[in-house]
Amino acid sequence: MRNTATAAGPLLLQRALPEGDHSPGVMSRRLVAQAALSILAAWVLAPGAAQAQAPQAPAAASPPEDGNWTMPARDLASTRYSGLDQINAGNAHGLTVAFTFSPGTAKGQESAVLAVDGTLYFVTSFPNYLIAIDLSKPGGALKWKFEPLPDASSLGIACCQPVNRGPVYSAGTLYYNSIDAHTFAIDAATGALKWKTQVGDFHAGETTTMAPLVVRDKVLVGNSGSEYGARGWLVALNAQDGSEAWRAFSTGPDSEVLIDPTVFKPYYSHYVGKDLGVREWPPDHWKIGGGTVWGWISYDPELDLIFYGTSNPSPWNHEKRPGENFWTEGLFARRPADGKARWFYQFSPHGLWDHSAVNENVLLDVTWQGQPRKVLVHPERNGYMYVIDRGSGEVLAADPYVHITSTTGVDLKTGRLMTREEMIPKTGQVTRGVCPNSPGAKDWPPSAFSKQTGLLYVPHNNLCMDWEPTEVSYIRGTPYIGSNPRFFPGPGGNAGEFMAWDVIARKKVWTIAERWPVWSGALATAGGVVFYGNLEGWFKAVDARTGALLWQFKTASGIVGQPTTFRGSDGRQYVAILSGIGGWAGGLVSGDLDPRDPTAAKGFGNMESDLKKEVASGGMLYVFALPK
Amino acid sequence: MYSRCRSSLAIAWMSSVALLAGGCQREERDFSPGPASGSAPATTAMNTVLGENADAGFREQQRRTYEENAYQVAQGQELYSAFNCVGCHAHGGGDVGPALMDEKWIYGGEIDQIYLSIAQGRANGMPAYGAMIPSQQIWQIAGYVRSLGGHGSKSARPGRADHLAMPAPSQASPEPIRPTQRDDS
Repeated sequence: MRNTATAAGPLLLQRALPEGDHSPGVMSRRLVAQAALSILAAWVLAPGAAQAQAPQAPAAASPPEDGNWTMPARDLASTRYSGLDQINAGNAHGLTVAFTFSPGTAKGQESAVLAVDGTLYFVTSFPNYLIAIDLSKPGGALKWKFEPLPDASSLGIACCQPVNRGPVYSAGTLYYNSIDAHTFAIDAATGALKWKTQVGDFHAGETTTMAPLVVRDKVLVGNSGSEYGARGWLVALNAQDGSEAWRAFSTGPDSEVLIDPTVFKPYYSHYVGKDLGVREWPPDHWKIGGGTVWGWISYDPELDLIFYGTSNPSPWNHEKRPGENFWTEGLFARRPADGKARWFYQFSPHGLWDHSAVNENVLLDVTWQGQPRKVLVHPERNGYMYVIDRGSGEVLAADPYVHITSTTGVDLKTGRLMTREEMIPKTGQVTRGVCPNSPGAKDWPPSAFSKQTGLLYVPHNNLCMDWEPTEVSYIRGTPYIGSNPRFFPGPGGNAGEFMAWDVIARKKVWTIAERWPVWSGALATAGGVVFYGNLEGWFKAVDARTGALLWQFKTASGIVGQPTTFRGSDGRQYVAILSGIGGWAGGLVSGDLDPRDPTAAKGFGNMESDLKKEVASGGMLYVFALPK
Repeated sequence: MYSRCRSSLAIAWMSSVALLAGGCQREERDFSPGPASGSAPATTAMNTVLGENADAGFREQQRRTYEENAYQVAQGQELYSAFNCVGCHAHGGGDVGPALMDEKWIYGGEIDQIYLSIAQGRANGMPAYGAMIPSQQIWQIAGYVRSLGGHGSKSARPGRADHLAMPAPSQASPEPIRPTQRDDS
């Protein structure tokens, strides 16, 4: 059954929104825009009563709009919401290219484009240039370019291409990582190096692709490399000089995971016990057990906790690692001052399918069954949309948002994911029709939360697979995987979706079917517009309330980046996106791989031969604006 | 030297003499090839800018030994998985590393060039396996890599893939999204 809409128009899954019926004409756009404005006005003038049920982003973690965009997730709550409304649902159809700029590299461009006081900053794929563009010059002139000179040998350790998800700006300094496990602090005004710290060892399979987060005086950085038997960690560097403040591993003894029983208060009792990060593994396997930290970090200044997920256990063949494999495929809440863990929750115990739990955690304050709760929302790779009390680690909801065959649900009493016995893979046997597949219901491309509509906008996949675990041995510096995957689209035949999710009603409001996995981040604005891109290279503006397509532009290559918006030096609102296919979903194209082998690109070879015929690798920054 | 020619004789002679003749070379098992065939190429270069880049006689000998013989290719296939080549090159389609089943080669696609890429490693992430894998086994892997692109004797290649031995799902590729009539207009 086809349960999703087509490119001609999204399917409204319910009528919860005030506008109700309308067609995508100009008049209705105007009406929608007016309605949007009136609702915004209602919130501004009379917060409380009428909107009591709508989720709110905590103000302390999501400051008001100032026209800048200083970190990939926009704010510590990870909303990716802009208060700018110059571009709105009524005029977005007039967007045009303001300027373009070539990053000079042609592998996957996953970086967010930051905007700080008239300068744009972004990181390219290998060799990870940090580029600054002066907005005061016509056509977006290069201000400076920093070259970190990463060791090219580390390219052999980059599981899913030498990508980078962006820099972070704080107090005149940009912090970012190069692929060979180094962190850099760069003077934002001049591009001069302030400090450089080696945070990991790529010879042991460690790379760094994530965007750091700055919390007070610390720069938080995590590693990648669970496909190489890297042992996961999150390190806090002192922003002043790059020295190491603390390091919290994702496996091993409590002393190294920074679990202190006087601080660690998980909601579920099965996380309590001494050195579970050692005992829930075969002897010494935790040393090569994965659980890397390559995704997103959020921070709640009021609770003084950071939140981040840990990746899959190594290797993918689960029969090599009996046990719960703590603390992989789960979520940590830690104190940023000393790194000590407050609570943990494991989305997928004893990971079976490479379901890295590193996706974004959007911090929201909600009224949940009549009670005010501080929660985080986590669209998990295993196919469930989690709502978790961010103070305690209690799972309030876990609802499926894609077709799922591998599990039957989450037991809300114990928090445990319930796996279908017959789907548990065995070495040398092919388990067919596993949904979602290993990149899962949704990989790293982050969602956006609109303070205006109260909805979460989620770029995601509709993918299934056949999966065959194989024998595998650990050889330092080489892949440690042990599985033959083969991917194909789920029900409906569309491999991707872009949807609006109602956190309180716990269901999809509308969804847009995309032919390919949606590997771009989302951006929501006060103009009632949501932006995202697809692997074919279309950059789209859709109506935040209905999903109706307002505008689209075909960029040069596929989009795997993160859209951002900002106010330029001239007072106008701009929208920025990097085009350049790559990463796991686009690697078949940018790596010039051969789809005659269904296991190419770890399973995408089976379904992406048409994508390779239609899209070419490349790299280009696009900045859009309304005509003057 | 042990040969399975004799044991396969009984089965083979009933079908055809031609098959027997072809099958013999395919089935030969040489467990300890001479020092020449196990040693590293002495004159092979990555490119031909300055002219002839390899010992043609040596290259031909290594082809015969490692591409035309089912036992050597099968050994190469085993080793290709055992040393985690699959993790980067998949089963020829490529992943972190380039595809090995197409005609595009960065550092040369002849068997002696592939040998050197495995033994020495390459600048953009290919590990140097020379200190880890005995020379003869590197030749076996090189012979198997050649077979992925359809080189060497067809009869020497593995009869079936070593993975996912099941038909691909019928709905393997996403369908183009076509505009349809909206039902809520």
